[in-house]
Amino acid sequence: MTVTTQQPAQGPAPQRSAGSRAGDLLARVFGGGSGTVFALLIVVFAAIFIVNPSFAEPPSLMAFLKQAAPLMILAIGQYFVIVSGEFDLSVGSLVGAQVVIAAALIDGEEGRTVPVILLMLGFGILVGLINGLITTLLKVQSFITTLGMMLVLYGAIRLWTGGAPTGALSEAFRQPGRGGIDLAVVRQLPWALMILIGVVIIAVAVMRSSYGRTLIATGDNERAAGFSGVRVWRVRTLAFVISSVLATLAAILIGGYAGVTAQVGQGMEFTAITAVVLGGVALGGGRGWVVAAMAGALTLEALFVLFNQLSMPSTIRPAVQGVIIIAAVAYAARERARPRHHQEVPSQSQSNEA
Amino acid sequence: MSRAVAVAGTGKADRRRLGATELVWLALVGVTIIGAILVALDGQNLFSIANTRDVLSRSSLLGFVAIGQTLVILCRSLDLSVGYVMALSSLIAATTMNGDPARVPLAIVAVLVVAGAIGLCNGLIVSVLKVNPFIATLGVGLIIKGYLDTQYQGPAGEVPSSFQQFGFSRIGPVPLSTLVMLLVAVAGILFLRKTRTGYHMFAVGGSADVARLSGIRTGRVLVTAHVLCSIAAGLAGLLIAARFGTGSALVYNSGYDLESIAAVVLGGTLLMGGRGGIGGTIAGVLILAVLDTVFNILAVDPFFKDVLRGTIIVAAVAIYARRQIDRKASRIRFGGDGGSGGSAPPGSPPDSAPGDTGDPVPAGQGGAR
Repeated sequence: MTVTTQQPAQGPAPQRSAGSRAGDLLARVFGGGSGTVFALLIVVFAAIFIVNPSFAEPPSLMAFLKQAAPLMILAIGQYFVIVSGEFDLSVGSLVGAQVVIAAALIDGEEGRTVPVILLMLGFGILVGLINGLITTLLKVQSFITTLGMMLVLYGAIRLWTGGAPTGALSEAFRQPGRGGIDLAVVRQLPWALMILIGVVIIAVAVMRSSYGRTLIATGDNERAAGFSGVRVWRVRTLAFVISSVLATLAAILIGGYAGVTAQVGQGMEFTAITAVVLGGVALGGGRGWVVAAMAGALTLEALFVLFNQLSMPSTIRPAVQGVIIIAAVAYAARERARPRHHQEVPSQSQSNEA
Repeated sequence: MSRAVAVAGTGKADRRRLGATELVWLALVGVTIIGAILVALDGQNLFSIANTRDVLSRSSLLGFVAIGQTLVILCRSLDLSVGYVMALSSLIAATTMNGDPARVPLAIVAVLVVAGAIGLCNGLIVSVLKVNPFIATLGVGLIIKGYLDTQYQGPAGEVPSSFQQFGFSRIGPVPLSTLVMLLVAVAGILFLRKTRTGYHMFAVGGSADVARLSGIRTGRVLVTAHVLCSIAAGLAGLLIAARFGTGSALVYNSGYDLESIAAVVLGGTLLMGGRGGIGGTIAGVLILAVLDTVFNILAVDPFFKDVLRGTIIVAAVAIYARRQIDRKASRIRFGGDGGSGGSAPPGSPPDSAPGDTGDPVPAGQGGAR
């Protein structure tokens, strides 16, 4: 199952040439469940360029990517959890909590930047561990676990700060989110973009490693995975930890980019999950490509930009967004239903959810 | 989340479901007793008429939503649009009535029709277009939000005082709205137990494929569940209109979508579908209401309230899941059908494979048995 989802339309090919690898990549980008998101991404970008040709210039593209990076990182984190068959609803609150923690502990002092970032990472790992262990060992459905975590983080952070965030971020802390390397063509190569690229490379590598294969197998059929020697609880817990750590990273970028408010991160869990599903990743696990999940996030951000460019009234945006999401996912579902005929029927049909 | 969820065999399910529901009611009794002790230590009485009334009137609003949500979750779907449906319903009710008592019936019909239509959309998107319910209902919710934000800047409409009675009048200590909610709950229980569609909901939630192969029109069942869920949310919207005396778009910020799901799961219904019931859901709603009342009496910091509520929900579901696994595990071992049986609340399959017996913590099951 793992293999069939990863390389659609390819039989076992032990040694592949560079050419067929490229073909593979193409098949992956425009085939399977993730085709829709890349097509949609191209359409949205084309629309933006038509409305505002100057958006195609490198500096504004870079600025856009800088702004989009946090959601993309969140979506990658969410991907790991979703592909393993779970949900993580706590990432939005976690982002908010981390930004508030950073502001309160750094309190404007440069020297504290690195220790506080390390502390935040520790906190992120802790949250992920708690989410994962409660879900896997105590058998609480992850929807409830992470919903509970969302409430706890939301309440605890406000309880701690007395309702409004206190303190200030240091300049060094804000660098990753807003700074970059000054270059000729693009004006500024944002740190956020480089961090994003790093995360994507690592994520792709992880998904190609045995851990990634195991994760997908677990999401597809945890019984089968369990019987073939996978320690399901460990694999899933690690997925939750990855999600929380990436949420922490996203928090650092968002904090740097947008500063500290009480509303940071609110509702981001839904946006991230939407992005992942838009990328053709099956809720319920076992199917999907991490790059497509990231492309889903990019598409959503591009959609927001397009709304801006069209100067659409902000009140009507959710409605348009809702229509586009439903249409895209419905279209992808249609697409996925069709090619099943010339793929292995049994492996696909069992993962077909209503 | 394994896909091999059992067909909750309709014959056996009855007994099992009852056990689960009893457990939740026991939890409610436990929470009430602990709450009463805490309140008593504070020198007050949880069972005083005012406090009982508070518990009951808190439970009615969430109760309506949760009853509908139960039906949808039983079918292994989900409805995240209920908060928006409530807001829209309250606005439709208030603007249609517009202060005129004669227009109350018209308003009620309008709300139910619109809510039903939204449910129909949800159901069709999920069953025909095969969009995952999470995304489908989130998207429909966003569409309604867009409409609400564009159309209504603030509270609108006016509810005549005759209809406001629905929100405030009581019979003895029991608020009228709670009575109506309980009536709806009884109707829902009868629907699930006595009608064909009700039985089919368990089957569809257990396994849509098996249900389809046994001749159930799964799409229709799913659509029915979604329509009923939205109508229940519409009733909640009517209640909001009656209580506020006007329609309010901002209701969707109150988090009723997630809270109703929490109440349903707290009530012992599996998020994976196929098992559970409205009886448990009502207990889940009451647990949340008792908690809120106790927090209120003890004047707990509102933020700390969130922390406590999150912890309690997770803890309750953990205890509950543990019970279920125990029963399940013994069934697998002694029933002799480990492969096919009703073996899959989230994560019951053996995590420890033959290969890793050396593992110091033999996976999740070590703790569970």
